[in-house]
Amino acid sequence: MAFLEINQVRKAFNQNVVVQNVDLAIERGEFVSFLGPSGCGKTTTLRMVAGFELPTAGTIRIDGKDITHLRPNQRNVGMVFQSYALFPNMTVAENVAFGLKVAKRPAAEIGPRVDEMLNIIKLPHLAGRYPYQLSGGQQQRVALARALAIKPQVLLLDEPLSALDAKIRVSLREEIRSLQRKLGITTIYVTHDQEEALSMSDRIVVMNEGRVDQVGAPFEIYNQPKTRFVASFVGTLSVLSGTVVDAASGVLDVGGQKIVAGRGFPNAKAGDACAVSLRPEAARLEGFGGQGATTNMADHAERNRLQGTIEEVAFLGSVIRIKVRLGDNILSLDTFNNPGVTPPERGAKATVTFSPADLLVLEGV
Amino acid sequence: MKQSRLGSWIALIIGTLYFVVPLAGTFEFSLRMRSGEYSFDAYRSVFSDSAFQDSFVFSTLMALATIVIGVLLVVPTAYWVQLRLRKLRPLIEFVTLLPLVIPAIVIVFGYLRLYNSSSFLPMTSEIWSTNLLLAFSYVTLALPYMYRAVDTGLRAIDVRTLTEAAENLGAGWATILFRVILPNVRTAILSGAFLTFAIVIGEFTMASLLNRPAFGPYLQLVGANRAYEPSALAVMAFVLTWACMGLINVFGRAKQIKHAP
Repeated sequence: MAFLEINQVRKAFNQNVVVQNVDLAIERGEFVSFLGPSGCGKTTTLRMVAGFELPTAGTIRIDGKDITHLRPNQRNVGMVFQSYALFPNMTVAENVAFGLKVAKRPAAEIGPRVDEMLNIIKLPHLAGRYPYQLSGGQQQRVALARALAIKPQVLLLDEPLSALDAKIRVSLREEIRSLQRKLGITTIYVTHDQEEALSMSDRIVVMNEGRVDQVGAPFEIYNQPKTRFVASFVGTLSVLSGTVVDAASGVLDVGGQKIVAGRGFPNAKAGDACAVSLRPEAARLEGFGGQGATTNMADHAERNRLQGTIEEVAFLGSVIRIKVRLGDNILSLDTFNNPGVTPPERGAKATVTFSPADLLVLEGV
Repeated sequence: MKQSRLGSWIALIIGTLYFVVPLAGTFEFSLRMRSGEYSFDAYRSVFSDSAFQDSFVFSTLMALATIVIGVLLVVPTAYWVQLRLRKLRPLIEFVTLLPLVIPAIVIVFGYLRLYNSSSFLPMTSEIWSTNLLLAFSYVTLALPYMYRAVDTGLRAIDVRTLTEAAENLGAGWATILFRVILPNVRTAILSGAFLTFAIVIGEFTMASLLNRPAFGPYLQLVGANRAYEPSALAVMAFVLTWACMGLINVFGRAKQIKHAP
C-alpha cells in the first residue's frame, strides 16, 4: 500500500469539472511533481490533498488513513504557498514557531525546534526580522521552515519558486530537493516549469485538462512521452508531417524525402497521412562542427537524412538552436556551442541527420 | 506652468480662508468673555460645569461601547465576506452605506416605534436598555466608516492565503481571527474606531430623541442659553476631532513603515 493514495478523485465547480478521476499512489519519501499548464487541475488536486477543497468524488488516504473529509488543520500536512503567506505581524522565529504554538507544544521544545529549522534553512541570523525585511528567496525559505517545523507527514509545495528570479529559483530548487532528501519527507510539488519538474522529481505527473496524461520518472516522461500533449509540453518538439510508404518498416515520405521511423506505424497503412516528432537534441546538422546531444548515436549509414534550408539560428550560450525548413515542415535542432566553429547562416542549404530510433510516434498524432 | 502654479496657490488660499476664518473667528470670540481683554474664562466656565463633565463622560463611554460592538460586528463580517462570500460584497456595501442616505431622525423614529415601552421589545422602558439602544444606533450611524476602514485593511492583506496558511499549521477559527487577521488589520480598526469616536462624541439627534444625557444635546443646550461657552465648546470639539484624525494618520504612517517593501 502506498503512503499517499489519491483514488478516483474528481472535482467540479458547479458544471465545470476541473479534476477528472485522478488516481495516484505516492511512496513514502518520494518527491512527485504535478506538471501542466495553467488550469490543468494540478493546484486543485494539491488543494484537495491539503484539505482546502473537498473532492466531488473519490478518496485521499495518507498512511492508510482516509483524510478526504478532515479539516485542513487536522491533516498534519505542511504547505508552502506561491506567495509565501508569511504572517506579516510576526518575526521569522514567530512564523516558524506558529504551528508548534498552535499545537501547544512546550516552550522547551519550541525554542530548539525553531533554532533547528532556522539552521536548516541557513537563516538563524534573521530570526528577529519581519517578513517585509527579507528578500523573496529568504521569505520562501522561512515559509519552508514553517511548514516543516510541525513535522508534517506530507509536504505540499504550490509553485513555490514562480515569484522568484531565475538564479534564486535554481539555487532554491536544489536546496529544497536536498532538504527533502535529508528529511525523507513525502513531497508533492506543483509547477508549470518543466525544467523544475525534470530536475527535482523522482516522478512527474503530467496533467492536462483535469486528467493525468502520464506518470513516470523524468527520463521516461521526456524520452518516452505517451501523448502528443506530454511530448509537446515537456521539452521542445518538432513535428514532421508526411505520408506512410511502408507501415511495417516505418518508411515515411516527408516532402518527397524518405525517412524511417524505428518503431514503425502499427496502426497505419501505406498512403495514410502521418506525423512523427523529434527532439532538438536528437538531430545533427551535417558538415557543421558543433556536436549534437543525440540520444541515439546510430551508425552513420542508418541515420535519416533530410535536405533543407537554414531558417533561423538562435545563440543560447552553451547551445545553438537552429531551425531548418524541410518543405512544409520546420525542424529544430540543438548543437553545443563550439567557439572555434562559426554557426551556419540563414538561407544556407543544410542536411539534417537523425537516428530512426529517436523519432517519436505519438498517440493522437 | 507658472499659470497653473498660481492657480494652485489661489485655490489653496481660498480653501484655507474658507476653513480657517470661521474657526479663527469662533476661537477669537470664545476668548472675549471678559470685557475689554482676552481670557480663557469661557473654557474655565465650561470645564467647571458638572453637566459638561457628565455628558462628556457619558458620550465617551457610549463611544467606547459603540467601538467594541462595531468591531465585533464588522470585523468577522468583513472577513467572512472577503474570504467566502465575495459575491455578496456589493450587497453588504449597499447595506453599510444606508445610514448615510437615511437621516438619523428617521432611524431614531423607527427605533422609538419598534422598541417603545409598549412594544414586544420595550428597550426604552429602562435606562440601561435605552443606553444599549443608543449604542446600537451609534453602531448603525458609524457602520459606513467602520466597515470601509476594516474592508480596506482586509483588502490590503491576502486574507485567503493567510487563513489557509494558518489553518494548514493547525489553527482553528478563533486563532486565525485573533492571532493572524486582527493584528494585521489593527491600523484599519483603529482608523474606524477614531472615526466612530468623532461621530459619537458630537451626535445630537439620536441622543436627544432617546432622551439621554450625551455631549451633543449638552452642546445644543449651552448654545441656546449662553454666549461665549458655545464657541469654546465648538473649538474644543474641533480639537478633539482633529486629534482623532491626527491619530489615524499616525497609525496609518506606522503601518506604511511596517509594510514597506
